Amino acid sequence: MAIITEKDLQPNYDVIVVGSGAGGGQSAYTLTMNGVKVLMLEAGRNYDPVTETPMFQSKADAPLLGMGTREKPFGFHDATVDGGWEVPGEPYTQASTDPKQRFDWWRARMLGGRTNHWGRISLRNGPYDFKPYSRDGLGFDWPLSYEDVAPYYDKVEMLVGVYGSNEGLENTPDSPNGTLLPPPKARAGELYVKKHVAKFGIPVIPIHRAILSTRQDHVNFPARLHPNNPKAQKIIAKAMQERAACFWATDCGRGCSIKANYQSTTVHLPPALATGNLDILCNAHAREVTVGADGKANGVIYIDKVTGQERAVKGRAVILAASSGETARILLNSKSNRFPNGLANGSGLVGKYIMDTVGAGLGGSVPAFENLPVHNEEGAGTHVYIPWWLYKDASKLGFARGYHIEFGTGRRMPGLGTGGASPGYGKSYKEEVRQKYGAGIGFAGRGEMIPNEDSFCELDPTVKDKWGIPVLRFHWKWSEHETKQAAHMEATFAMMIEAIGGKTRTPQADGSKAIDTGGRIIHEVGGAIMGANAKKSVANQWNQCWEVPNLLLNDGSAFCSNADKNPTLTIMALAWRATDHLIEEMRKGNL
Amino acid sequence: MENIPADNSGQIDRRQALKWIGAAAAAAAVFPHASAQDRLAPPSASPGGKRIGWDPLLNKNYVPGDLWALTLTPKQRKAAASLTDLILPPDNPSDKLPSQLGVQAFIDEWISSPYDETAKDRPVITEGLDWLDAEAQRRFQKDFAELAEPQKCAIADDICGKTAVKKEFRSAQNFFNRFRYLAASGYYSTPQGWKDVGYVGNVPTLNFDGPTPEALKHLGLA
Ligand SMILES: Cc1cc2nc3c(=O)[nH]c(=O)nc-3n(C[C@H](O)[C@H](O)[C@H](O)COP(=O)(O)OP(=O)(O)OC[C@H]3O[C@@H](n4cnc5c(N)ncnc54)[C@H](O)[C@@H]3O)c2cc1C
Ligand code: SF4
Repeated sequence: MAIITEKDLQPNYDVIVVGSGAGGGQSAYTLTMNGVKVLMLEAGRNYDPVTETPMFQSKADAPLLGMGTREKPFGFHDATVDGGWEVPGEPYTQASTDPKQRFDWWRARMLGGRTNHWGRISLRNGPYDFKPYSRDGLGFDWPLSYEDVAPYYDKVEMLVGVYGSNEGLENTPDSPNGTLLPPPKARAGELYVKKHVAKFGIPVIPIHRAILSTRQDHVNFPARLHPNNPKAQKIIAKAMQERAACFWATDCGRGCSIKANYQSTTVHLPPALATGNLDILCNAHAREVTVGADGKANGVIYIDKVTGQERAVKGRAVILAASSGETARILLNSKSNRFPNGLANGSGLVGKYIMDTVGAGLGGSVPAFENLPVHNEEGAGTHVYIPWWLYKDASKLGFARGYHIEFGTGRRMPGLGTGGASPGYGKSYKEEVRQKYGAGIGFAGRGEMIPNEDSFCELDPTVKDKWGIPVLRFHWKWSEHETKQAAHMEATFAMMIEAIGGKTRTPQADGSKAIDTGGRIIHEVGGAIMGANAKKSVANQWNQCWEVPNLLLNDGSAFCSNADKNPTLTIMALAWRATDHLIEEMRKGNL
Repeated sequence: MENIPADNSGQIDRRQALKWIGAAAAAAAVFPHASAQDRLAPPSASPGGKRIGWDPLLNKNYVPGDLWALTLTPKQRKAAASLTDLILPPDNPSDKLPSQLGVQAFIDEWISSPYDETAKDRPVITEGLDWLDAEAQRRFQKDFAELAEPQKCAIADDICGKTAVKKEFRSAQNFFNRFRYLAASGYYSTPQGWKDVGYVGNVPTLNFDGPTPEALKHLGLA
């Protein structure tokens, strides 16, 4: 089995997985390592980071010095293929013309999806994050606890390789010893911030990212990942040895040809293919899940994008992991007599409670960083961050929940804008450029959004994509919890910039102006939330649709809250857990 | 990751790193997307010019003119080259002039591109370059590129904004600001520009060493 074309399709599979990103990659991995025969349908083209990644290309090697454009919004070299804020031929619509009620939807149409270009920040949700309603009466509790997910966090961290440290901080979980890889050292500016914000009680600690700071323990990890499964152990031990350690030089957002960071395409899919149990069909856009007379999912109808033809494939179970918005769309488009409002939508909650992350940012210039002695500060992006530190002040803040802070300093690759702010010309100009280079800082807050009734997606009544499939229409509204949080972020950033002697603009006190547009942080989750009650949720704690138990939602769509922690590690942990449960149920003959 | 020379304290030879990346990468440059039969038509291409597209070949080094035609006239190009050299003179006698590094070609690529983000610079730069020659003719009866350095400076000083700019030079000042932004962006993106500014990254290393003792001392952290 392999990356196939249509003529090689088998008449029947055990499981059909839709989407090949974090959720789909993890699902296919777990299934195939356990001997389950899988067909993966991926709407995008085949993509191979080993051969396609522009590793050492400089900005000057790209058109317009790599400027972000309509087709490549995050810059020319960014590993996004056929995607971005718009996908040609595949529109989505806004219910309101009010810019504050916009939702911007980032999609990638490529094997591996957004895992090819994501930021690799991999934070565990803490115990509080699974029981937010119990703590403050807002949103929903998850029908599972941190303890249920922890073993899967351990496994995902070992499998994908995550650097970081254990700091023992509140609601910022430690990993078992030997699970994380050592974090890289902090940069000069990062240490400077740490020293000067300590007086506010703000901790600066190593961040966790899915990057191999050293090679994985291919001797011990395989048995911890796959106890009693020698074949799986052998395959993953070999796959781990095919990954090199990071060489601290290049931009991870371009992808990594030496497989030193996590992309589904370099980490999940190669061992899954090596089992011989996986077929991957690219350019296959799932349109709907089909249901048998027994009400169970029995296959998928997809568009073969090469020919434009509609095709059907059969499976005993179906896993959707097309990104949460697209998964909701597939469910809503899967209408039948039994499910007139869309599949598994008896609760009417498919498309409801979509969430992003609260984002606000502030930059500044820092005289102390000027004329820093020359040294190499590249090193694979973010090394440290500030976890939420005000749990004890929750009642005083005026908003619920909290945020973490990501920040960047350093002498990074020059490009568009280098030298921009200095006056004059000639030798004195160049002198000033040299002095100011690397003397900037940027802070970004990443906070929890509480699910609300006004943020949802539905099928647009008229607009269809180029294959005639109804598209999503988005409704969006931030509540005061989010906007006040954004204002708090700006005030904190200004305070920190002042503490390091830097200069910045006046912080925006109006949180509704400070907050980024919905969707812009690209932590899209929700739309088919899990819960303990079939009437008030779409799925159970195993991502299993209440009404269609052989249909799993293994991307972020089943999230019923969106902690400040970036979602992908949790998507993978829950996908692994849900898939283990599916395998068990199939073995028992329950499905 | 074996075979790292002992005298090479953690600095991995770039060639070695490229070897890890694999011979396959070289093949990719020739035949990258064998499976991409479904390219979609890009939006509103400019007449005669290709846009970047949603799935460009990334693993390739582009030079100005590869995607869309360059449009500065030879005279404008000459003035642009001369002005980049005035703004960014070499630090060392052995260094190249910005014009020898092709910085003016990047500016040409920028103002010739089919993108909205760059379109507003087109009239500013082309009209500014025309003005520069006209002003040189008015003051010294020669094109800008033919002027002696002090003559070039006489014009640049009036418009560079270091001292108060006279009202009649406001649009020339606007041109100069934008031109300098582009010239500096292009220049500092070259290996010589990296050296000038003290950028020493994009080089594989075995470990990330963190700040040097000198850097820590500079920040009062040592
Ligand atoms: C620039 C950027 C930075 C990010 N940084 C971080 C970070 O640091 N930390 C973090 O946790 N998260 C980060 N994220 C978010 C992260 O990428 C996502 O959470 C993660 O990829 C979600 O995985 P997924 O499987 O749900 O979706 P995706 O990775 O998007 O994969 C979905 C796949 O499904 C395919 N698909 C879609 N529709 C269909 C269909 N109808 N039929 C067949 N296939 C379909 C898509 O082509 C895609 O390949 C970032 C995202 C971006 C864009
Ligand atoms: S910095 Fe490291 S992980 Fe990131 S792309 Fe480069 S080698 Fe890969």
